[in-house]
Amino acid sequence: MTAAATAPQRTARPTMHRLPDGRWRRIEIFFWLLPAAAFFLLPGYLVLGSQILIIALFALSLDLILGYAGIVSLGHAAFFGIGAYAAGLLAVQGWGEPLSGLLVAGALAAAVGYLVSFMVVRGEDLARLMVTLGIGLLLYEAANKAAFITGGVDGLSGVTMWKLLGVFPFDLSGKVAYLYSLAVLFLLFVLMRRLVNSPFGLSLRGLREGGKRMPAIGVPVRSRQVLIFTIAAGVAGVAGALLAQTTQFVGLEVLGFPRSAELLIMLVLGGAGRLYGALIGAALFMVAQEYFSGLNPVYWQFWIGLLLVMVVLFARGGIIGAAETLCMRPWRNGNEGRAAH
Amino acid sequence: MLTNLAGILFDGIAYGSLLFLIGIGLSVTMGLMNFINLAHGAFAMLGGYVCVAAMTRLGLPFLASLPVAFIVTALAGAILERTLYQRLYRASQLDQVLFSIGLTFMAIAAATYFWGPSQQPVQLPEFLRGQVRLLGLDLGAYRLFLIALVIVITVSLVWLVAHTRFGAQVRAAVDNQQAAAGMGIHVNRIFALTFALGSGLAGLGGALGIDVLGLDPTFPVKYMVYFLLVVSVGGAGSIKGTLIAALILGVFDVAGKYYVPEVGAFVIYALMVLLLNLFPAGLYGRRA
Repeated sequence: MTAAATAPQRTARPTMHRLPDGRWRRIEIFFWLLPAAAFFLLPGYLVLGSQILIIALFALSLDLILGYAGIVSLGHAAFFGIGAYAAGLLAVQGWGEPLSGLLVAGALAAAVGYLVSFMVVRGEDLARLMVTLGIGLLLYEAANKAAFITGGVDGLSGVTMWKLLGVFPFDLSGKVAYLYSLAVLFLLFVLMRRLVNSPFGLSLRGLREGGKRMPAIGVPVRSRQVLIFTIAAGVAGVAGALLAQTTQFVGLEVLGFPRSAELLIMLVLGGAGRLYGALIGAALFMVAQEYFSGLNPVYWQFWIGLLLVMVVLFARGGIIGAAETLCMRPWRNGNEGRAAH
Repeated sequence: MLTNLAGILFDGIAYGSLLFLIGIGLSVTMGLMNFINLAHGAFAMLGGYVCVAAMTRLGLPFLASLPVAFIVTALAGAILERTLYQRLYRASQLDQVLFSIGLTFMAIAAATYFWGPSQQPVQLPEFLRGQVRLLGLDLGAYRLFLIALVIVITVSLVWLVAHTRFGAQVRAAVDNQQAAAGMGIHVNRIFALTFALGSGLAGLGGALGIDVLGLDPTFPVKYMVYFLLVVSVGGAGSIKGTLIAALILGVFDVAGKYYVPEVGAFVIYALMVLLLNLFPAGLYGRRA
């Protein structure tokens, strides 16, 4: 009863600072026209393009827990890998229908995420890091040793997908794969955008900014964290399944620590805590990796490390954060509390 | 069977004492400065490479190159602490993690650039090779040497922390930084010195560990989880906790690899998740 009585009161305060409305801004629509335009303008890069879309979805899922809820994870690739192996194995066993495979993979990853989340949310930051890292390594080792199921280091091959919606076969040029990935990414993005702008999403930000005050205003901290961790795991699973379905192969490295670390890098590069930050970070990282690691993989690692150190020291908030500070300065002047951070 | 068990126990303890030597610096950084330094393994790697370089390029004997490894890594640690790390003491733990991952990537790339991607060999002196017969057991001479050295270092560390003015200042800073600073302790200087000492010990551990852990550019990532595990299970900032955690981990890892090789590193990761759930703040954690 008391919760119902206080709820309208809380929503009836329009003066609250920067309360997000769900309206789409013009720049967002323009942003989403870019991948659609790329389909027509860059037909030679569609394979790379769908990889970018998939990794962007993966980065979005990490952004939910890290950027919004403030839960640091070093093992998010675990859920990506679960999704990839689930979709891959399903297809190998003879069920190659893509959409249901996607759902099964997402559900499985979410279920594992739900179980794991209890271990993750109970500790402090260090314990969380260690538990997520440990679970990631555990799964990697399990997939490596269970070679009779997963193919081990050789990877899982023989993934044959049926036609998408029963009509469109996955072709070599990657057209169907690209549009499929784009559609899934956009759909999930819309849902996540809705989610982070909802009161639930706001309470997550509250947890990130002041975890100790949230219980005091009656927020069930643990269950909120469990919920968002589960959702993020599910989305990561869908991303992994997409990769398995579109490349028709699952390599052991989908579970590896480097994948989790690179994902963190993308997110920080783009700007954590902003959905578009995850998208831009993933796209830039993938393009740069495609270009530079082709030149020399070792130097690529050096520069990415240096970039990371620089971002942490000088450019917190990433690209989007920097762009915001540049564009928003005239409006921010009256808001000292925010600018001080 | 029983001699087997004793042999595994012995190898595990030798392995664990190496982990302790490398991990203690990380434990102090986490306990003292609350800094999650994933790049700690890079200092151990640096020590290993310095040791190899001192032996092959300068022609120093193994035992003489160990102090060189210690001093060079301690210096590197002190320089990095003053220039980079100290800027991030008050940053969020995510920033610290990202920063140290970046540093690790740079260290890996740099090591590959200078020394190549292959394993580095180490030429142990004659008297440390082969087996020694002790109490009816054939024990590796080098591992015996390792254990003895680590006992000496541990005892001197405990003495340093418990009975010297410097140790008292460290303990004060760990317990309450602000109060310590208020009492006139130069907390920043203590931080820098401890960081240098921790890095130096990691470097020494890396040099000693070439024969046991191996040495190649992936070292910092390969063993990162072991060092973190030692610290988070032992409880950050506790010498006793770190030592016990390192020994448990060493014995279980060696036993796991010996008895159930098909499961491999699985044992250690499962143990880690289990222990962290039983003791979220570590075996000797000071923070509840």
